[in-house]
Amino acid sequence: MIQFNQVKKVYPNGTVGLDNINLTIHPGEFVIIVGLSGAGKSTLLRAMNRLHEISEGEILIDGKSITKAKGADLRRIRRDIGMIFQNFNLVKRVSVLRNVLSGRVGYHGTFRTLFGLWPKRDIELAHDALRRVNIPDKAYVRADQLSGGQQQRVSIARALAQEAKIILADEPVASLDPLTTVQVMDDLKRINQELGITTIVNLHFLDLARKYGTRIIGLRAGKVVFDGPVEEATDEVFAEIYGRKIQKDELLGNVEA
Amino acid sequence: MNQSKAIKPPSKLKYTLIFLVLAVLYVISYIGIKADFSELWTGLPNIGNMLSQLWPPDFAYFKSILKPMFETVKMAVLGTTIGALLSIPFTLLAARNVFLNRWVTGITRLILNFIRTIPDLLLASVFVAIAGLGPVAGIAALIFFSFGIITKMTYESVETIDPGPLESMTAVGANKLQFIGFAVVPQALPAFIAYVLYTFEVCVRASAILGLVGAGGIGMGLKTNLDLFNYTHVTSIILFTLIIVVIIDSVSAAIREKLL
Repeated sequence: MIQFNQVKKVYPNGTVGLDNINLTIHPGEFVIIVGLSGAGKSTLLRAMNRLHEISEGEILIDGKSITKAKGADLRRIRRDIGMIFQNFNLVKRVSVLRNVLSGRVGYHGTFRTLFGLWPKRDIELAHDALRRVNIPDKAYVRADQLSGGQQQRVSIARALAQEAKIILADEPVASLDPLTTVQVMDDLKRINQELGITTIVNLHFLDLARKYGTRIIGLRAGKVVFDGPVEEATDEVFAEIYGRKIQKDELLGNVEA
Repeated sequence: MNQSKAIKPPSKLKYTLIFLVLAVLYVISYIGIKADFSELWTGLPNIGNMLSQLWPPDFAYFKSILKPMFETVKMAVLGTTIGALLSIPFTLLAARNVFLNRWVTGITRLILNFIRTIPDLLLASVFVAIAGLGPVAGIAALIFFSFGIITKMTYESVETIDPGPLESMTAVGANKLQFIGFAVVPQALPAFIAYVLYTFEVCVRASAILGLVGAGGIGMGLKTNLDLFNYTHVTSIILFTLIIVVIIDSVSAAIREKLL
């Protein structure tokens, strides 16, 4: 469970990034955050694992305050939160398997992980994760040999190997073509349903948001302007979130709902 | 912004000023050190004189400089290797994307700047005074010399690595060493190796000079022969050094090209 209590973020230049956010995200939800660029989607997501600091308020992950956590406590909380990035953020020069295993560093000592002395279970976990995203044969290939869609699957596999309870995905499909977009979103949805991992995704394609989300959160200028089940997120609601009518480029198209 | 105004190209005043300041600096330096190029001109006949004494090289002498030549290369190998190993922690401490604390990076950089300010010949003279004549002093000087170059160049390229993997290692809950081992090292390693090889080339050339102050290697032979006016021997040493340097340069350039 993720709780936001009166969270506020003000950037040093005075811009308000998040404005009095109060949210509760329950285990197993598939939440999609929508809003214009600059509305604070990324800030909201990155506040959850404290890649971004907040200025006021508190964020609780399963009852523990990540806002106040330090050192080993902070790393322990982060270990349970997987993150998927727009640009995949893999180490390109090393193998896919090592990238997936890097999700396991929080579970073992420094020496063991740095010298690659992984327990057998971890290696199996990594292979399992790759099987789950349908690229088991790529384990020993260098990450930069893969296509964009495959790289994004590796980063999903990293979150799986991490045994994360929560997955945060920051524009996971923004650098992918429509076909791989659907594959990656399908992977995320399947993992959410089969493993019950709470999944929170930033998206700017509204039809994708409707197809995959169970709950939609609309952000506008750092404020939550809509929060409800996907059925309630009508075109009028989206127009309200965006402050204007929906445009063609906000739809991916050809997505069977 | 005021959009009603026509967009003007940016002013070129800055570049004009920079050019003027540089020009003034050149003139001041030339006058300040009382440089007089006519001295070079009047000394010109001496060059011909010198050259005629340098030629032909004494090829038989090659054999007797084989040992000091290898000593020079060995000094460079040891000096560069130890300097490279020492540079690893300092490289990381100086990189602003690895250590976010400005005190850590600032103090590290201050130490590095201090070490790089000391000329290699001065270092060698100091170590000759400490360790006595011979290659040990030369190696010690080369350790400091290579340490300074490698650290400076590597931390600058560490700062240009892709921040994405750094972010994802932070997100999975890695500690500092895991963060470095998983995200920094794989990205920075090729550049580091390339700089070590480059520094090795520089060290071979430097260690050929270090002998002038008694720090071992081929430079000691060079100095003795210069003092005794054995100019044909001097030519042999210069030619031999040239051959070795060209070989090392081309091998290391080939490796570096593969890496980057």
